Amino acid sequence: MILLELFLAFLQVGLFSFGGAYSAIPLIREVVLSHGWLTDQALVDMIAVSESTPGPIMVNMATFVGATQAGLPGAIAATIAVVLPSFVVMLLVVRLLHPYLEHPGVRAAMHGLLPTVVAIILATGLVLLLRALFPNGFSGGVSWQDCVIALILGLSMLLPARRGKKPSSVRLILLGAGLGVLLYGI
Amino acid sequence: MKQIFDLFATFFRIGLFTFGGGYAMLPLIQELCVDRKRWLTPEELMSVTVIAESTPGPVAINCSTYVGWKQKGFPGALAATLGVVLPSFVILYVISQFLDRFLRITWVANAFRGIQVAVALLIGSVGLRMFRNLKQDLLTRVLFTAAFCAMLAIDLLSLRLSAIVLLLFGGGVGVCVWLCRKGKNGGDGL
Repeated sequence: MILLELFLAFLQVGLFSFGGAYSAIPLIREVVLSHGWLTDQALVDMIAVSESTPGPIMVNMATFVGATQAGLPGAIAATIAVVLPSFVVMLLVVRLLHPYLEHPGVRAAMHGLLPTVVAIILATGLVLLLRALFPNGFSGGVSWQDCVIALILGLSMLLPARRGKKPSSVRLILLGAGLGVLLYGI
Repeated sequence: MKQIFDLFATFFRIGLFTFGGGYAMLPLIQELCVDRKRWLTPEELMSVTVIAESTPGPVAINCSTYVGWKQKGFPGALAATLGVVLPSFVILYVISQFLDRFLRITWVANAFRGIQVAVALLIGSVGLRMFRNLKQDLLTRVLFTAAFCAMLAIDLLSLRLSAIVLLLFGGGVGVCVWLCRKGKNGGDGL
């Protein structure tokens, strides 16, 4: 039953993604790869679309995956599932749990959780970069075009970072698109 | 009823006009909910952000649920959350219907090859920024290194181990270390 599978999978994503949309990416990747819903390449296309459209990125990703797997009902099931945990947890927090957030035990759990989240995000970024640079596997050789793109994009990210600003993700994606067309042809 | 609609409309606007996800929404939430509507005090917005960090799920949903609940209870929370989700839902649903055909055009596919590199770098840069905001102590470093290596091994060797296991392990180690320290300090040198 695809709707139930989508619902349960995204419930898991909504329940375990601490610290914003990027912590959901490794979890969503795990879900779509293990169910065979998307390939790594389709997943990254979907992340780019979710980044460049308005709204919460996690909701965008859930709607997209749900819609491609099971149409409108799938989109509804995945979106409700990804939103539900934080909706319920927030209601519990405002009604009952507010004092417990300051509890040293909760903070100790967060102290262990946060470095794990960051490590998972960084490892996923590295793996996706390697997959882009070696499109046919490690034995298939490196793609020089993608190396040039990575180099230029990397340099373009250093500039705003040095001024202490966050590089704009939409601008980076557009620059990547332009370089892709330029190096691979129209 | 009017206020419920107002909550819905305000969060619909927030959902429609912010690019880049939850944290990018905070300035607009501040402008609309704190400065204009006075639904939240600046201190409350700060504490909602902190709560958002220690609870799972999209930050935007945490904010909409909190503000809606405070104004109008459960119906308010529902209206605000529906409002913030709806623009995303409609836009992504429409895009999902034609992205496949769109990607079959050669130059679009080539553009997306560049975009894939951009997305990977973006994920890395967000991770790096989060890393810099971590409290840098021994526990953080050990857990970070262990989880990073484990996640790379899972991906590159296609191990069947979920990242959720790593998260539960990290949280568990944090609690254990805290309990040990507590036991040492509270137990008169035992």
